[in-house]
Amino acid sequence: MQKYRCTICNYVYDPVTGDPDGGVAAGTPFEKIPDSWVCPVCGAAKADFEKI
Amino acid sequence: MNPVEIKPKIYWVGVVDWGVRSFHGHTYTTQRGTTYNAYLIVDEKVALVDTVYGPFAAEMIERIRAVIDPVKIDYVIANHVEADHSGALPELMKLCPKAKVIGTEKCRDGLFKHYYQNWDFQTVKTGDKLSLGKRTLTFVEAPMIHWPDSMFTYCAEEELLMPNDAFGQHLASSVRFADQVDQCALWEEAKKYYANILWPLGSVIARKIDEVVKMNIAVSMIAPSHGLIWRANPMQVVQQYAGWAKQDPGAAAVIVYETMWRATEKMARKIAEGVTDAGVPVKLYNIAESDRTEVIADMLEAKGFLFGSSTHDNDMLPNIAGFLELVKGFKPKNRLSSAFGSYGWAGGAVKEMEGVLKEAGIELALPGISFKFLPDETEYQQCYSFGRSFGELLK
Repeated sequence: MQKYRCTICNYVYDPVTGDPDGGVAAGTPFEKIPDSWVCPVCGAAKADFEKI
Repeated sequence: MNPVEIKPKIYWVGVVDWGVRSFHGHTYTTQRGTTYNAYLIVDEKVALVDTVYGPFAAEMIERIRAVIDPVKIDYVIANHVEADHSGALPELMKLCPKAKVIGTEKCRDGLFKHYYQNWDFQTVKTGDKLSLGKRTLTFVEAPMIHWPDSMFTYCAEEELLMPNDAFGQHLASSVRFADQVDQCALWEEAKKYYANILWPLGSVIARKIDEVVKMNIAVSMIAPSHGLIWRANPMQVVQQYAGWAKQDPGAAAVIVYETMWRATEKMARKIAEGVTDAGVPVKLYNIAESDRTEVIADMLEAKGFLFGSSTHDNDMLPNIAGFLELVKGFKPKNRLSSAFGSYGWAGGAVKEMEGVLKEAGIELALPGISFKFLPDETEYQQCYSFGRSFGELLK
């Protein structure tokens, strides 16, 4: 599954692990994450992520 | 220096660091020194907003003591975990061990990872309020302005915004307000500060400014954690930040080069003549001799970047290499660039510089030029034309 990187702090969203602390279950593709989700490291918006 | 009452019963109790010339390690030159600003609010409850860099703890404590016994501090607001604002916390907390430390969750975790103390910590989120009696503080999380833990503290009754590192300047002064100092120095330092610290965070800054403007809060004073306090038209600096955050720079060029036996420098000077004759303002810096912090500030307002280097061991020279790494980190947008340089063997610097520029996502607007040893007349003309064409592209 496609990984995405936060362009602000370089955190990488890996769909395999998801972001359980941020309410995103493991296995969730980036596209299915709600727009209100923010980067768990720096709080940047979902729109600040890019495909890697 | 006595505490300075910036609003009724709200005191600046920070310190002036006249001597510092290198900040964040050696990433930022502070030619005019800096200040670490802390603010003491004396109400039915007493709150201290931020502290100062650790080596200055005693001076801050002395200044607090001139207003109130530190044991009476009920809350210490930690807007930001970074050492220049939290460094004095351990010393201060020895004097007011029951005080509650207030900050974001990331600030709590970060402070623990700095000082390994189990202070009574209250985490806050955007919109949370803390009543001090006549005054109430409101907190606004401001992640990545400029670290994940950052937050702003606002006091509605006094229309006072304390945004920590946002809107600061590294400028040591015996006065506390922005309208009391030389305006050229003030804005030069505000620009250097934005360029060198906040440039890559423009998208976050633009959104936060929108959010705060929509909150429709009155702001008659902005008291940052470094430098002077904005009280005359405080929104001016906010508008300035909104402008920088747009990344829509004007037609101006900055040429940054490094040279061995001055052939690349001669090219740079000829290129600058071409840019000038295109009617575009240009600045020329030999990066091995220049203040990086100042160069970056000039680049913030320039659409065009040209990089020059002699070829040394088939690559660019080390100072320009380091500088390009710095520029890459700023993620400049809406810029045009190219590269140039002299070589003696088979070349290499121009290709390497172009590689870094591509990696940085900066558009290469013209093919780079490189000449063997010293340029001849035709090659000088090519340098001039290169500069002129580049200048035309910026208009």
